[in-house]
Amino acid sequence: MPSSDGVWILGIHMTKFGKHPDKDIVDLGAEAVLGALDDAGVRMRDMGVMAAGNLIGGGGLGIGQQIQKQVGQTGIPVYNVANACATGATALRTAVMAVKAGECDLGLAVGVEKLAGAGLLAGKDRKADADTWTPSGRYGAVAAVDGRIGTETMPGVFAQIGMEYGHKYGGTSFELFARIAEKNHAHSTLNPLAAYQKRFTVDEIMNDVMIAYPNTRSMCSANCDGAAAAVVVSGEKLKSLSLEQQRRAVKISASVLTTDPWEEACQILPTVNTLTRNAAQTAYEAAGIGPEDLDLVELHDCFATAELVHYDNLMLCKEGGAVDFFESGATWRDGATPVNVSGGLESKGHPIAATGIANIWEVCHHLRGEAGERQIDNAKVGLAHVIGLGSACGVHILEKAAV
Amino acid sequence: MASPVPIVDYLVLDGDPHLEANECTGCGARFFDRRNACANPACGGTEFRRVPIATTGEVRAFTIVSHAAPGIPVPFVAAVVDCDGTSVRANVINVAPDPEHVALGMKVRLATYPLGTDGAGTEAVGFGFEPISN
Repeated sequence: MPSSDGVWILGIHMTKFGKHPDKDIVDLGAEAVLGALDDAGVRMRDMGVMAAGNLIGGGGLGIGQQIQKQVGQTGIPVYNVANACATGATALRTAVMAVKAGECDLGLAVGVEKLAGAGLLAGKDRKADADTWTPSGRYGAVAAVDGRIGTETMPGVFAQIGMEYGHKYGGTSFELFARIAEKNHAHSTLNPLAAYQKRFTVDEIMNDVMIAYPNTRSMCSANCDGAAAAVVVSGEKLKSLSLEQQRRAVKISASVLTTDPWEEACQILPTVNTLTRNAAQTAYEAAGIGPEDLDLVELHDCFATAELVHYDNLMLCKEGGAVDFFESGATWRDGATPVNVSGGLESKGHPIAATGIANIWEVCHHLRGEAGERQIDNAKVGLAHVIGLGSACGVHILEKAAV
Repeated sequence: MASPVPIVDYLVLDGDPHLEANECTGCGARFFDRRNACANPACGGTEFRRVPIATTGEVRAFTIVSHAAPGIPVPFVAAVVDCDGTSVRANVINVAPDPEHVALGMKVRLATYPLGTDGAGTEAVGFGFEPISN
C-alpha cells in the first residue's frame, strides 16, 4: 500500500557540470552521493536501496557497486538502470518505487556521465561498403543507411521534431528556435554550476556552426562531465527526523515514467510528444496540480527545437500554441512559467545519466529558497521533465514542504 | 551481370521502383522492418502482407545535416515524407541542400540512384525523394 504521506527528497546534490579531466565516473558519482547524503543529514548505512545510472560507460560493469566501494558497502540491493537520456529519472523513480512499496524508508539514486569532448553521440562512422552486397539486419540493408536514408544523429532527429511541429501548427522559423537558445544561455549566466555561462545574441546563435538545420552548435545540448544524486525518504520516516530536515524536504507529488505508445510514424521518426503528454497528464492528476500552478519547469531542451514542442506536450500552453506561448515571454525567468532557469541542457550541459536528477536538484533548490541569485521568488511547485529517445519520458512534480 | 540489388529490402526495383511495407492484416499498421508481431496494442496480430507505398508524397519534417559521423558526406537533407498516409524516412535528393530550396509541405516523388558496384560487378541502388517541379 502506498504510504499516504508519500515520498520526499531528503537530500540532493549535483557536481559542477563541465570538464573534470582529473576525475573518473566513480569520483564524480561518489562526490554526488556524498553530497546528497550530507545534504540529507544521513549516512550510507541508513540507505535501504540504491539505483544508479551511467549510460556511456567508461568504468566497467556495475556503476552502483563501484560507487559503493568508495562510499560504503552495506550490502543493500543496487539497481543499475539504463533508459537513454531518461536514465537519471529512471534511477530516481526506482528508488521512489522501493520506498513506496514499503521495502525501505530511505533510498539513494545517482546518475553520472563523462562526456566532455564526446562529439556526436549517435550514428557510427561510415566504413567502406562491403566487397559483396549482402543484406543484413531488420531492413535487409546492403550498405550503411545513416546519411543515405535519413539521419541517425540526435541534432538531426530533434531538428525534424521541431520542424514537424512547425508544419503542423505554423509559426516556427530558424530565428524563433534561435531565440529559445538565447533565453537558456541568458539564464545560465546566473548558474555557477553550468558548464557554460555565456550569453549569446540571436545573431551569434544563428551564425554559429550549423549542425543540423535549424540547430546550430549553440542550440544543441552541451556534452560535459557531471553527476547528481538524491536521497529519498518515506513521509512516515520523515516525521521522525529533525525539524530542519522536515523543513528542507521536498515532496515528490508525482513520479511518472512512460514509453512511446504505438502510433502511425512512431517507428519512422522517434516521437517525443505523446509519451510526454501522457506522463504530464498522469503526473498532474497524481499531484492534483495543473500546469497553471507551476512556478518553474525544467524540461528536456536537448536541442532548441525540442524545447518548443515540450511547452505543448507538458500542456504549459494550449494545444498548438507553443510559438505564441514563447513569444509572450512566459518562459523567461521573469515570465509566467519560467522554463529552464538553470540554463537548460544547452548551457548547463547534458551529462546524460546525471541530467534527470540534476533538473530535480534545480527545482528543489528553488523550492527550498536556496537558489541564490537565480531564485524564483516564492516558488512552491515545480516540474522536471526528461526524455530519452527510444523512447522513455520521466516527469516529476515537486512541492515545497509545508513545515 | 547480376540484377541490381536494393539498399534495403523494402525498396522494390522490379518494374517501376517503389517502396513496400509489411502491413498488419489485423489492423493495417505499416512497418518497414522485419516483424515479430504488430506493435499496435489494440491488435497484437502476427500476420503481415506486403503492400506498395505511394511513390509521391509531401515533406512533413526535414533537417539539413551539416555535421554527421565521419565518412558520411554532408550536407544532406533528411526528411519524413508523408506518402498518402504512410510516413517514410528518406533523404530529399536532387535538390540544393539549403533552406531556400527545401520546404515543409513540399511535394516530392521517389527517385533511385546507383550506390556503386561490388566485387562481383553487382550494382546497389539507393533511393530518396526529389522535388516535383511544377
